Amino acid sequence: MATVVQSTSALLSAESIIKYYGDGSKRILVLKDVNLAIREGEIIAILGPSGSGKSSLLRILAGLSAASEGTVRFQGTVQTGPNPHVAIVFQTFALFPWLSVYQNVEVGLLNSDVPEIQRRRRILEAIDVIGLDGFEDAYPKELSGGMRQRVGFARALVVQPEILFMDEPFSALDVLTGENLKKELLSLWRSRKIPTKAIVMVTHNIEEAVVMGDRLVVMGANPGVVRVDMPGLPVEERGKMHPEHVRLVDYLYGVMTNPKEAVAPFGATEPLSQPAAQPTRAYQLLPHVPVGQVTGLVERLHADGDREDIYALGRELQMEVDDLLPLVQAIDILDLGNIEEGDVYLTAAGVHFAVAGVQEEKEVFREQAVAHVQLIKQILRRLDASGNGRLRREAILRELASCFSEDEAERQLDTAIDWGRYAELFAYDDQEGVFYREVPDSSPSSGG
Amino acid sequence: MRLTYMPQAVKNAHRIGWRDLVLFVAFFGLLFGVLHLTKEMRVHFAPSVTMQIDLSPRALPGYAARSLLRMFLAFGASLLFTFVYGYIAAYNLRAQKILVPLLDILQSVPVLGFLSITVTGFMALFPGSLLGLECASIFAIFTGQAWNMTFSFYQSLRTIPTELREATTIYRLNWWQRFVKLEAPYSMIGLVWNGMMSFGGGWFFLAASEAISVLGNNFKLPGIGSYMATAVEKGDTKAVAWAILTMILVVVVVDQLFWRPVVAWSQKFKFEQTDSSAEPTSFVLDVVRKSALMDWLEKRVFARIGKALDTLFARTARADRGPLLPAGVSQIVNGAVTVALGALVLYGAVRSFNVVRSEITLLKAFHVLLLGLLTLLRVVVMVVVATVIWTPIGVRIGFTPRLARIAQPLVQIGASFPANLIFPVAVLIFLRLHVNFEWGSILLIALGTQWYILFNVIAGASAVPGDLREAALVFRLRGWTLWKTLILPAIFPAWVTGALTAAGGAWNASIVAEVASWGTHKLTAHGLGAYVADATERGDWPAIILGIATMSAIVVLLNRLVWRPLYALAEGRYRLG
Repeated sequence: MATVVQSTSALLSAESIIKYYGDGSKRILVLKDVNLAIREGEIIAILGPSGSGKSSLLRILAGLSAASEGTVRFQGTVQTGPNPHVAIVFQTFALFPWLSVYQNVEVGLLNSDVPEIQRRRRILEAIDVIGLDGFEDAYPKELSGGMRQRVGFARALVVQPEILFMDEPFSALDVLTGENLKKELLSLWRSRKIPTKAIVMVTHNIEEAVVMGDRLVVMGANPGVVRVDMPGLPVEERGKMHPEHVRLVDYLYGVMTNPKEAVAPFGATEPLSQPAAQPTRAYQLLPHVPVGQVTGLVERLHADGDREDIYALGRELQMEVDDLLPLVQAIDILDLGNIEEGDVYLTAAGVHFAVAGVQEEKEVFREQAVAHVQLIKQILRRLDASGNGRLRREAILRELASCFSEDEAERQLDTAIDWGRYAELFAYDDQEGVFYREVPDSSPSSGG
Repeated sequence: MRLTYMPQAVKNAHRIGWRDLVLFVAFFGLLFGVLHLTKEMRVHFAPSVTMQIDLSPRALPGYAARSLLRMFLAFGASLLFTFVYGYIAAYNLRAQKILVPLLDILQSVPVLGFLSITVTGFMALFPGSLLGLECASIFAIFTGQAWNMTFSFYQSLRTIPTELREATTIYRLNWWQRFVKLEAPYSMIGLVWNGMMSFGGGWFFLAASEAISVLGNNFKLPGIGSYMATAVEKGDTKAVAWAILTMILVVVVVDQLFWRPVVAWSQKFKFEQTDSSAEPTSFVLDVVRKSALMDWLEKRVFARIGKALDTLFARTARADRGPLLPAGVSQIVNGAVTVALGALVLYGAVRSFNVVRSEITLLKAFHVLLLGLLTLLRVVVMVVVATVIWTPIGVRIGFTPRLARIAQPLVQIGASFPANLIFPVAVLIFLRLHVNFEWGSILLIALGTQWYILFNVIAGASAVPGDLREAALVFRLRGWTLWKTLILPAIFPAWVTGALTAAGGAWNASIVAEVASWGTHKLTAHGLGAYVADATERGDWPAIILGIATMSAIVVLLNRLVWRPLYALAEGRYRLG
């Protein structure tokens, strides 16, 4: 449901962007046919779960990495290499620890044609505007996280970029500091104290996106696509207590917790729940969550009456959607629970799991894992087929190579190992990289 | 907003004081000294005449200064090599495939065995001048210093965080700015540490290269190493004592005046974003930092040099300019260089092989291999014995912070002190006590290399978290149980590093430790080191090549089959935190 791009009116536009990582037969599709236009005067917030390629898209737009196919235009001209009209604020701040605040900000102008005197003026102005006055000689390690990110902002603003890119700029800060910095940035932006024409922000925090975004883009994962591209709320409706704010946050939660479904537009009464066409895969994409957290969430749901709104759950547990979603997916995959219209509810097995004692709990988990997790099924099948009851890690990894990137295959297998070990379905020696059939009543010496 | 802001360096001007006088004298003293010494490097020299070394103690400071200059020249060369080689290895993906394994091999090859080749080569380069010998000595030190520094720099370049890299890209820093602002600072801590270690190791090569017998000629280059060698030849005990004392003094002075300030200064390049409490300090660095002279130099001289360099490189290296050469041309150049290098290596290999084949029988090769196994036995015994002796002591020291603070610098000096200087003294003792030199040479090898084991065990023990030690206390782990469950696993990674360094050094040491003399007495042990030393003295090329090749092969094989798996085990299972 991507919007059609008009490159003439757009400040910066991505047209039919395709991005692969790796090459040859092993390449993995990260971004699939992404179109996006950034227009003057707007803050565009890009939301998406991890693996949706939102950071890759940001880097392609900034010219830090090249798209495999498709073009990026800046004011109508095709763009190659780092775009000089762009500045970036990074998630980890990316400050140079050995440079003072002044010198760190100066980095933004090092290779520009701005004359010496003017350069110093601009640096001091940027430091002043962002509220760092008096800290010119401080080194990053002397500053708190919030002050460090201010340096990151000053360094970006000193360039006087046409477009400011922000890659999860507040996610490494505590809530209060983040709120404070957001507010100040918004007031700078709305009062036109900075000459920047547009802001592109990548985030996984839905509320942050709703509060800041003039336009909201939701990306889906595996491969990364644009699922939603919609205008944000009018400024006066963005307050956290406003019903429209709550409704939009709820809607976006619904979209993000149902990655497989086609999206109904915001405001429609009944959500469409036809599953969108899914590429068929031999294996599910296992979320990388430890068993302990799954257990914790199921027990919590049971205490809540076996059914809970995912958004409310996130608030209750103070978890970001990025942390909560994998847990919900795990419950879904194991069929301990199901997702329905933004709610998650426990199945019969889930309820049994929640009330069981330690050993019984393991039994339920074992049954569910054997029945529903394809990777674990496959490991058991191969173990049974092997004569000596041993199976090398590489053998399984080779099979996964057709579905996942090398790193992802490793992670998938590690998750399956974690689950399988808990369920006592097999033993695994990490040093040797070998699976063994679990022998009942043997001493627990699986190595590693 | 304060537009009157001035950077710190400009703001805090210091008043002129005693510090400036000291610095002023030191600076011009150094300048004069270096100029004087470089003049002496170029004196006329013919291979047939042996340089006369003055054994009076008064001549020693001069000799020590000349040796020191050699050390620093070699260190400068190592730094330059490090930057160029490391840079290419990290960024040129094609070159990387050759350069990194090559570095691995260079690191393993006992470079002392090559002295004969390099001495003749450099002497041919500067006929009739002492400069050839100087260069050969400097080159020998260089080969002992450069490799691990290069490795460290290469590793640092590869591990620079992505977002910092992206920041330099998006703000379009050119390669010079990127080097000054990001790459050099990021690699500084590792580089300083490895530089300090290399410099300490370099003394060994200095002592070995100043006085050598190559191709039947006896060369002596004025310096502390040759002073010692002459004293030994003449059996002058007093001169030997003076030389040892001077050497200790030089090592300590260099540590205090150079390395400590550099280490303290490099702390500002620590990448961690938090303020840590106990940072190394240096009295000398404080003096320099607080002096008005330094202020003036920084403002008037260094700042201008910096700016000039910046403008120079800004002009030659605009970030947005494309590659230096068009893709096609650079591909051809790349290819040509690869082919040329390959051809050179092939030519050398074929020539060496031919020389060896025409002179060496299979029986002889087998004999050399046996000698190699003998030396291997010595190395193994050294590592095992040093481990058994030093581990309990090192753990004891490491667990007592107060003791560690005193012991650490002492051990470092022990590791820096060139053990080959005191080999003759050991020989004297062996002669008196009638020690069998086949075994005694193990002690000589250990003299220089055991320190690495002690050093690392101390470091490993002091890094064991207090929580773990308290847990052991609570559960009443004692004696062997305590060692088995906590101490040995916890220090294992540090021990592997130490033992690996010690073993690597031992192979080099064997070349000078299996043959030793005092006056007219000469002791020889059977081993590959003695074989190489003997072949070098006789100028027997086939034997030199065979000996070195065998030794290199054994070392590389050991690294692959023993040390690398141990290292992987240490990293995988026994790393704390």
